[in-house]
Amino acid sequence: MFMGKMNARTLLASAALAMIAYAGSPALAATPADTLVQAWAIDDTITLDPAESFELSPAEFLGNAYDMLVRLDIDDTTKVKGGVAESWTVSDDGLTYTFKLKPGLKFASGNPITAEDVAWSFERAVKLDKSPAFILTQFGLTKDNVTEKAKAADADTFVFTVDKSYAPSFVLNCLTATVGAVVDKKLVLEHVAPVTPSDDYKYDNDFGNGWMKTGYAGSGPFKIRDWRANEVLVMERNDNYYGEKPALARVIYRHVKESATQRLMLEAGDIDVARNLEPGDLEAVSKNADLTTTSAPKGTVYYISLNQKNPNLAKPEVREAFKYMVDYDAIGSTLIKGIGEIRQTYQAKGVLGALEASPYKFDIAKAKELLEKAGLKDGFSVTFDVRNSQPVSGIAEAFQQTAGQAGVKIEIIPGDGKQVLTKYRARNHDMYIGQWGMDYWDPNSNAETFTSNPNNADDGTTKTLAWRNAWDIPGLTEQTKAALLERDNAKRAEMYQKLQQEALDSSPFVMLFQQTEVAGVRGNVKNYKLGPNFDSNFLAPVTKE
Amino acid sequence: MSHTETQQSAGRAKGRAYAIAASIASFLVIVVTTYLGLLAVTFFIGRVVPIDPVLAIVGDRAPAHVMDRVREEMGLNLPYYQQFFLYVKGVLSGDFGTSVLTTNPVMTDIRRVFPATMELATVGTLIGVAFGIPLGVLAAVKRGSWADQIVRVIGLFGYSIPIFWLGLLALLVFYARLGWTAGPGRIDVVFEYTFTPITGFYLLDAVLNRDWAAFRDIFAHIILPATLLGYFSLAYISRMTRSFMLNELHQEYIVAARAKGLSERRIIWGHALRNAGVPLITVIALSYAGLLEGSVLTESVFAWPGLGLYITNSLQNADMNAVLGGTIVIGSVFIAINLLSDVLYRMLDPRTRAR
Repeated sequence: MFMGKMNARTLLASAALAMIAYAGSPALAATPADTLVQAWAIDDTITLDPAESFELSPAEFLGNAYDMLVRLDIDDTTKVKGGVAESWTVSDDGLTYTFKLKPGLKFASGNPITAEDVAWSFERAVKLDKSPAFILTQFGLTKDNVTEKAKAADADTFVFTVDKSYAPSFVLNCLTATVGAVVDKKLVLEHVAPVTPSDDYKYDNDFGNGWMKTGYAGSGPFKIRDWRANEVLVMERNDNYYGEKPALARVIYRHVKESATQRLMLEAGDIDVARNLEPGDLEAVSKNADLTTTSAPKGTVYYISLNQKNPNLAKPEVREAFKYMVDYDAIGSTLIKGIGEIRQTYQAKGVLGALEASPYKFDIAKAKELLEKAGLKDGFSVTFDVRNSQPVSGIAEAFQQTAGQAGVKIEIIPGDGKQVLTKYRARNHDMYIGQWGMDYWDPNSNAETFTSNPNNADDGTTKTLAWRNAWDIPGLTEQTKAALLERDNAKRAEMYQKLQQEALDSSPFVMLFQQTEVAGVRGNVKNYKLGPNFDSNFLAPVTKE
Repeated sequence: MSHTETQQSAGRAKGRAYAIAASIASFLVIVVTTYLGLLAVTFFIGRVVPIDPVLAIVGDRAPAHVMDRVREEMGLNLPYYQQFFLYVKGVLSGDFGTSVLTTNPVMTDIRRVFPATMELATVGTLIGVAFGIPLGVLAAVKRGSWADQIVRVIGLFGYSIPIFWLGLLALLVFYARLGWTAGPGRIDVVFEYTFTPITGFYLLDAVLNRDWAAFRDIFAHIILPATLLGYFSLAYISRMTRSFMLNELHQEYIVAARAKGLSERRIIWGHALRNAGVPLITVIALSYAGLLEGSVLTESVFAWPGLGLYITNSLQNADMNAVLGGTIVIGSVFIAINLLSDVLYRMLDPRTRAR
């Protein structure tokens, strides 16, 4: 009889099978109704201290968990609106900015927000002098004068003194950056660690930098509860927030790197939002009736650059010819479909003074004609350093093919991201393809890096992208500087447009596209909107049905 | 007992003590040189990699003076031999340095990621053993039959299919389509607030917490990646079992056992496998140690926060403290597992035990 033959091993095997079935039985995947779960590659987060953080994913965490004096106005991104500041005035000489704080504000800890907290936030950012500190120090703040230049006049008046009469839009735009986040002085002071002063660092404590790596001392709509590197970040509603309180009780970010994995989790309902979908997965998500997609252009532009140390690439005709060798339409409709939009000017759409122009078309005949004019009728060979990740490697291969038609033989040197970047920063490349994200939401950020190069020597101190490609442009450098001091906004915008036009005509930058951030979202999630930069991906309005 | 005899035995005891001391000393010398070699090679490979580690810390957009300061803080402006000396000095005093990526002490990071990998590897190996050995035995006993061929094909598949592809396919079928298992990650977000890890081995922690709902969820998460890893070790284990078994089945004692009239089942499971089991231990130990290195691709597909991903990520960012720390841990685990299998070998093999 069959049952009689059933021995111990068969029993074990069926027990194992039963266990597998049991484990998987219901698993009706759905995230809790008051929790938004997002899958996102968050491995670029190395610290949560606003004075130090300068990467993309933490910008979103800090943008939601902290408040600044002023915030970017999402409805018109050429303007700012009040954050903790209710109003502000600029003195006639353009040097003094006086901010009145909103009354009765509290940090998540319950401590009141005072002008003293704002001043101390500036002070610690400048004295710690980490990567984003230059956004404040470019206004003439130094470690020695910061307590004078960024000062609390009384409990709700903060006075900021700059060293030149800059365009007010420039100053205010910079103050929306996460480095300007207002931190809870009283709370952070409880967690400072002693430091032995040295020549580089003259202070006897770390301004709470060690604790703030994972700690939280803000006043935004959400508070950061927990962060485990490369694993998870958890935010909770801040009940002390002065504005409209978020509908969600918490937001959880799970570190998931693979696009395909994110898509499966989204389809199964284990996550509400997938943030790193590649074109193929994005298309599948957009066809699924239970899911929607949302997108927003971001302040990151992609470009191919030509090192002017290479005598062939330094010829103006060659620079121009390369701009005709890109098959913009094909790249736009395939490689970057859904994740970017073709853009030939270096300012991101939506920023003050962004120039809308795309004069270049894919035209091999024209490119050949220009090469002939440059005395390179038979073409030439050149190397191309390319990160082995999409979409840049795909674009590089497409460009290699189209440039070949014009007689330019391109040898692609693939490499790991940081490796290629190290070479680029040392100016040892011929051609490079990469992206540039704005440091802060103001046209000066990109103008300064693409069209200014104060010192083209190998040991130059200001290593802008123009410097990296050895593009020596004293004239444009001056114009970029002048635009900073133009206090008439309309005139200022015009100056930036002129700079972009010059770059379009003669720069060694073949601008390709502006990045679009896309997310796949479950149908029951409402009001999920991406902002123009990562610190304005606001989650407070999000609700779930 | 005569006088001379006592002297002789005392001398013998002394000699044996010397021999033991000498073998321990030579063992220590081997371990120390292995470690030093491991450190030196990893360290210098790390330093010639054309990646600027400062870039990983401060990012592409940092101003030049910040980069210079960080380079100095990390001691990267010193000559290599000084950097190496400083590093070894730190390691000897138990300081493996700080990971530049996570800014945690490397050992804190590894304590966090290693249990995840170890738990996965353990369950995977258990699955590999539970299925690999019976399949190997079956293939050996029915040598040349269709069963043998099928086992061989299963093994060949396990060896040749890219785990990345198989992982995604498994997720697609068992998680997305059938809904039998949970998705990527170690545990569902709903447990993010109720479940507190104690040892870092989540299954064990759930038992310690008596949190059966969490146990169920953790099991549903681990079963798919563990089965996948188990399949790969199964491929190896079944093949080795087959060849060890074939070797044993041709021995004379098998013929003797048959002549005695023992049942075929007892001959195979009680006699042949028992003897084949001794070398198998080394095979299993090595495959286990291999899984402990962390399977980068599996961890990537299943969003498993383990050692493999940690080290790869560190390597790509030239985060050498983390890479070196991880290498030392893996090296130690390899040495420990080899020692353990040696000891087990001695205990199980009567020939080595008696002497």
